[in-house]
Amino acid sequence: MNLKDLYSQIITENSRNSAHRHEVEGATHTLEGVNPSCGDDIILSLRVEDGVVADGGFTGSGCAISQASASLMLDLVIGRELDTAKHLCDIFLRMITGEVTDEELEELEDAAALQGISKIPARVKCAVLSWHTLEELLD
Amino acid sequence: MIDVRKDFPILQAGENGAPLVYLDNGATTQKPVQVLDAIRDYYLRDNANPHRGVYELAQRATDVHEDSRARIAKFIGADASELVFTQNSSEALNLVAYSYGLNFLHAGDEILVYVAEHHSNLVPWQRVAQQTGAVLQYLYPDENGYLTEAELDKKITARTRVVAVAQVSNVLGLITPVKAIVEKAHRVGAVVMLDCAQSVPHMPVDVKALDVDFAAFSGHKLYAPMGIGGLYGRKELLKSMPPFLSGGDMISYVHEDRAAWAEAPRKFEAGTRNVGGEVGLAAAMDYMESIGWEAITAHEEALMEQTLDGLKKLPFITVYGGGTAKERKGVISFNVQDVHPHDVATILDAEGVAVRAGHHCAQPLMEYLGIGACARASFAVYNTQEDVEIFLNALKSVRRWMGLES
Repeated sequence: MNLKDLYSQIITENSRNSAHRHEVEGATHTLEGVNPSCGDDIILSLRVEDGVVADGGFTGSGCAISQASASLMLDLVIGRELDTAKHLCDIFLRMITGEVTDEELEELEDAAALQGISKIPARVKCAVLSWHTLEELLD
Repeated sequence: MIDVRKDFPILQAGENGAPLVYLDNGATTQKPVQVLDAIRDYYLRDNANPHRGVYELAQRATDVHEDSRARIAKFIGADASELVFTQNSSEALNLVAYSYGLNFLHAGDEILVYVAEHHSNLVPWQRVAQQTGAVLQYLYPDENGYLTEAELDKKITARTRVVAVAQVSNVLGLITPVKAIVEKAHRVGAVVMLDCAQSVPHMPVDVKALDVDFAAFSGHKLYAPMGIGGLYGRKELLKSMPPFLSGGDMISYVHEDRAAWAEAPRKFEAGTRNVGGEVGLAAAMDYMESIGWEAITAHEEALMEQTLDGLKKLPFITVYGGGTAKERKGVISFNVQDVHPHDVATILDAEGVAVRAGHHCAQPLMEYLGIGACARASFAVYNTQEDVEIFLNALKSVRRWMGLES
């Protein structure tokens, strides 16, 4: 494992200074996701208007990977239609299991910075916590 | 310092080419070749199902099973008749909660648990409380992590029926004042359930001298394989308790509509036992005694002191639980400022250092400390001063990796 790939600037900065770390005014969807093996939790909130993610935010605590992942996820899905958000969720989760094409990776934009996690099985749960929470929230 | 690394081949080959600096011994220890050989020899020469056959091999397996029991009981100062084999501490603690707790506790009785307990000495008691109407009360440490006499006097009352504590906290590492707890508990007629999972690997434990009513321990934390552990129970208590699991080998007679139980400890040992594991545990205890308690405690205390001193010099480290190297056993829990312990553990792993990170199965303690999680370095007899140096050096790079000032 190369720590440089894992703790890139995108990850460390997003883990600390996320623009999305806040509660969402007029949230229509809220769900808590927990990682029972480490105690990390994330409360994810969205305000959905006319089938579009108008705003989103998260609170809770966790490691740099889980926090950066939540932040990058919201960067990606805010302003998107729900179907697109679900589609991006699907791509991200497949990226972590190593079944993703280069074209799909491009769709993930900065969230593709988490691709290296697929090589560190012990940290996969950290990276997917917010995405699984989003997936469940949109179902 | 003692040097036993040659007995542990796994330490020679770390994940990243460098020798393994294994500092997660509070979770499980590595196993010496002496233990592995003993298990292998049992399966090569003596394996059959104990207590079941009349042929010679079965008798030999029975002898190995009962000889191991006597050997293991002696290690903790118990009689063989008071040692129940279990898979691990968790099963031993559950056995007491279900067999003793559910049958002898009533609504309004109090179960007193230390807030630092591992979930295995806490969750079973929560369930007992829910099912019997007993009330769960908590002991709390003072600001330095000590469990004080004043706190014991306040919480141990005429309603207390069970006091469940660990002899050494798996997070704080401090030795619990067992003598005071036992005296005060017995004065009000309560029983003491002592979780020795973290103490037995690091200090001589004599359950009779401690005068506890129950004591649980795991083999895998003291150089033996996973899947074998034990429960000490005071003879008259084991006699009065109904079985926990039932089935083969724990009966004296079975009719269509009823059964009578075997004497303790067999009453609590349903099904075929893990004799290979028992042999391994007995061999691990032989191994520890061949090194000697004096040498083990001096060695581990020196590592503890070196680590505590080193951590004190790093301004970005918070250590949980006070106490000197002499008052602590085995574990040091800590956090790196502004870095989540999982990231700490991943960065240390890249340097070949294995530490635990998370809530350590002690979430109420994490809540009490006001943290979500922490990292933990824990020692065994094969760790060296060099291990500690590598660990302390690796810690210095953690904040830099995270893009922070070091």
